[in-house]
Order: sequence, then C-alpha cells, then structure tokens
Amino acid sequence: MAQGRRIRIMVAKPGLDGHDRGARIIARAYRDAGFEVVYTGLHQTPEEIVEAAIQEDVDMIGLSSLAGAHKYLFIRTVELLREKGAEDIVVCGGGIIPEEDIPMLKEAGVKEIFTPGTPLGVIVEWVEQNVKPR
Amino acid sequence: MNEVVEKVVAGDVRTVARLIRDIDDGVPEVREILKALYPHTGNAYVIGITGAPGVGKSTLVDQMVTHLRKRDKTVGVLAVDPTSPFSGGAILGDRVRMQRHSMDQGVFIRSLATRGHFGGLTQSTRSAIDVLDAMGKDYILVETVGVGQDEVDVVKSAHTTVVVVIPGMGDDIQAIKAGILEVADIFVINKADREGTDKTLSDLRLMIDMDHKKYEEGSWKPPILKTQAVFDKGVKELLEEIEKHGKHLIESTGGLHVRRKKEKVRDELVEMVKSRLYEEVVNRLILTGEFDRAVESIVEGKLDPYTACDDLVIPKLDL
Repeated sequence: MAQGRRIRIMVAKPGLDGHDRGARIIARAYRDAGFEVVYTGLHQTPEEIVEAAIQEDVDMIGLSSLAGAHKYLFIRTVELLREKGAEDIVVCGGGIIPEEDIPMLKEAGVKEIFTPGTPLGVIVEWVEQNVKPR
Repeated sequence: MNEVVEKVVAGDVRTVARLIRDIDDGVPEVREILKALYPHTGNAYVIGITGAPGVGKSTLVDQMVTHLRKRDKTVGVLAVDPTSPFSGGAILGDRVRMQRHSMDQGVFIRSLATRGHFGGLTQSTRSAIDVLDAMGKDYILVETVGVGQDEVDVVKSAHTTVVVVIPGMGDDIQAIKAGILEVADIFVINKADREGTDKTLSDLRLMIDMDHKKYEEGSWKPPILKTQAVFDKGVKELLEEIEKHGKHLIESTGGLHVRRKKEKVRDELVEMVKSRLYEEVVNRLILTGEFDRAVESIVEGKLDPYTACDDLVIPKLDL
C-alpha cells in the first residue's frame, strides 16, 4: 500500500451490446490484482471511451464486445487514441471474437484479444507483464 | 514545470489528467507545481456531495452537471470510491452515471480511489480541487465515498456541502447524525417517491431544530429538499438553494474566498502537515526496515507498541 504508481485501467462496453457480466467480472479481477479500474457502463461510443480514458489518465483500455461489432469499435478506439496523441494507452479486447478476426485487430493496434474460457489469472498476468504505469 | 502550469491554466485536459495522477501517486515534483498553481485558484465554486453508499450521489451529480451546463457554466467533477483494503485495487464506478457528459469539453470528470490511509487521501483530493480550479472550471463537484470517513474533511473545504439521505434509513441517520449536522449546508432526501419520506423529513427537521442555538439570527439554517435525481426532480431547486447559500457566504464573510477563511485555512494546513509528516516519517521508517523490525518485536512480545512508537518517532522528530 505504499505510495507510487498504480496501474489504472478503463473497462468499457462499446456499442449496443447490453451484456456486461463479463466486463464486471474482469473489473473485479483487476481490482483484486491491485489495479484501479474505472468502469464506463454500457453503450459507449469509441469517442466517449477515448475522451474518458484521457480524463482518467488510464494506462490501458479493456474493451468488451459480445455483439459482433468489434471490428469497427475496437479499431476505431485505437485510431482515436492515435489522433489524440494518446497511443501510449494500451488497448486490449475480449468477448465473442471469432479467431479469424484476431490477426486484423492486432494489426490495427489492439494489443491482445481474450476469448471465452481464458482464465482470469492469465488476463491479470498479461496486464502485469504488458502494461506499465506511464 | 512552468510549461505544466501554463497548460493547466489554459485548460489542457491531458496535462490536468496527468497532474492529478501525479498528485495521487505522490510524485514529489508536484509540490512545486501546486505552489505555482495556487495563485490561479480561488475562482471556482466548490460543492461537496456526501452521504451513505447507494443514496444516489452520482446520479444527483450527473443531473447537477446538466443543469450547470445549461447555464453555460463549466464543471469539474471529482468522484471518490473506496480502495479495497485487501488488494489495494479499486472499482471506480461513479462515472457510469455521468458518462453522458464525457464528450462535453466543458466538463472534466475524474474518478479517485481513497487508497486506504496511505495515500494522503484528503490531501490529494484537495490538491485535485486546486488543479480543476486553476484549470478554470466554474463549479467543482466533489462526490465523496460516504459520511463518517475522512472524506468529511474534504467536504469541509467546499463552499457548500450537500448531505444526501434516502427515506427509511432511520437508524442510519441516527448513526451519521453527529457528523452531518456539522458539515451539512443543505440536506437532500433523494428517492423521495419512496415510503417514509415525510418521516425522514421530520426527523431531519427535528435534528436541525434541536440545534437551534447554532442558528442565530442571520446564520444559515440548512434547508431540506426532496429530490428524485433519476427523474431530474428537485435538482433545479437544489441548485437554487446552493446559489442562495453562496450568496449568504458572500454576505456573511465578505467574499467567496471561504477556503481562505482562517478556520478553513487552519483545517487545510493541519491536514497538509499531517500527510507531509506521514510521507516523510512513516515512508522512511518503512523503507529503512525500522517499522517492520518494531512490528516483529511487538509480535514476539519483546516490546510494547507504546514504547515502539516512542522509539520510532522521537529520534525522527528530534523531540
């Protein structure tokens, strides 16, 4: 509990997908790992997410999508961060993402994709290794 | 450093966001920046919103932001949520209720975690208020975690403090009674469509009236308002009441620099010295291992905690 940099993460639900059980479980796992998690709630546009992430000065944005619009929503989020000069914020995603979409998402700048069945421990460990407080 | 100060004063969002992070993370360099920012503060109207968890503070703040924006006022929001004492992590969820303002350039919302007792909590929230003030926000809304915690102190440095309760909290009102009478400038009974609203209203009224000595001629007696924040009912009236309270402050103290009134300055400075001492002394003791050694000695029964405390503190402070 000493002072010092603490990892801050935004967990966001972009688009019209109304299912956030997964996002909440992830948020909880992050909290239990000692991260500060800002949760945005449902139905966010990439623009709203990026603006909030900048105000909150987070190190990473975790996007959750179960409704199939991830190709647009995830990539748009990465683009907007770049436009705002905030590309140092790591973006990763999770949810129902078909295997064949993953390469293009990664190529566009999404750092990692977690599909259903990934143990929480694996996701937390990935954050610890890939996200450093900026 | 000057560049940071200039950017904050110019309202640069990224700089402000980063500075608040640095304050929260206890980066020592921020002290100089805060010193340089201080002359730019004192223009914002600071409203504290406090109350037990679940009474609707975030929803109320969200509606207040909407009303203030309609009047063309810029708004900063600081929303504090608790840090888990076990992991040190936190879920900051106040923003969920306010996210519709995220695209509005006139609104800056920041979620803060209490970070236990180790983060200089009151200090960092207070400094964040100064930053948003220097940034040029007309209003700063500070939403606390709940009455009865350190947060009440932060609220003390607000111009107007709103205490939110809900009907049917009977015993809870009893429990927070001691603290809230001292900090409340305005009471809000939110979710006022619920059963028991009138009972809560009369409880509060009785509480205030029993303290009649405090409210002499010309002093401010806290009004009690009923709201249904979700339906935007009573929020306009709340802002009118806040405005009235602001006018009262100006008339009774000769200006809005309430935070520079002697007792407020005193309170703030005590907090500041406390957290600085803490930083300097406790962190060093932890770093050198003296703290852990003392803990071991107490656990092993070789030392009592009173002596241990003396041994730790006296040499450090040259007492």
